[in-house]
Amino acid sequence: MADTDTLSLVLFSGTDDKLNAAAVLTAGGAAMGRRVNIFLQYWALDAFRTDRIHKDHGVAPEAGPEGHGVLQRHGGQHWSEILGQAKGIGEVGIHACSLSMEMFGITKDDLDPLVDDVEGVASFFLEVDGPVTFI
Amino acid sequence: MSTQIAKTLDLKGLSCPLPIVKTAQAIKQLQPGELIEALATDPGSVPDFNAWSRSTGHELVEQTEEGGVYRFVIRRR
Repeated sequence: MADTDTLSLVLFSGTDDKLNAAAVLTAGGAAMGRRVNIFLQYWALDAFRTDRIHKDHGVAPEAGPEGHGVLQRHGGQHWSEILGQAKGIGEVGIHACSLSMEMFGITKDDLDPLVDDVEGVASFFLEVDGPVTFI
Repeated sequence: MSTQIAKTLDLKGLSCPLPIVKTAQAIKQLQPGELIEALATDPGSVPDFNAWSRSTGHELVEQTEEGGVYRFVIRRR
């Protein structure tokens, strides 16, 4: 059955709108009984730093001048809380890209505990059994 | 089989995916066969509860709407 496939997400963008969309997909997938496998690269990884995770990360360029307000008016939970809940109901792995860690000068201790471990591309693909979605 | 509601969840005001996420969390505390009632206002919860029930095997026993509040009764499998 298709719903047993792993949901594999590569998070690249570090803006709150994209991270929120990814968190919603993750929690939905976990609730449906799907394993979720997340790889954090570049700006998304940077947003998971303990000292920055709750800061305002802005919105994607396509949002335009009105975009920021849309997200704030809607309210709702922060994407980090949604991810925490997703971990509570299902099998959700969040992995930091080792190359991005090096580029940004980030160590595992700098990252929020939501992040399980540091992986390379090969070890990430070890857990991929279907398509990979890049956000 | 039990017809008594073992637990009621007030999910009014929450938006996708939280109604499903909170229900998935809460149903773990129930015994198989027990019923949980979920009250939500998110219109997306109607297709979501149906899909979630199909995917997880927890039976959607009842589904009603009154005054913009959707009520779902689910039996833990």
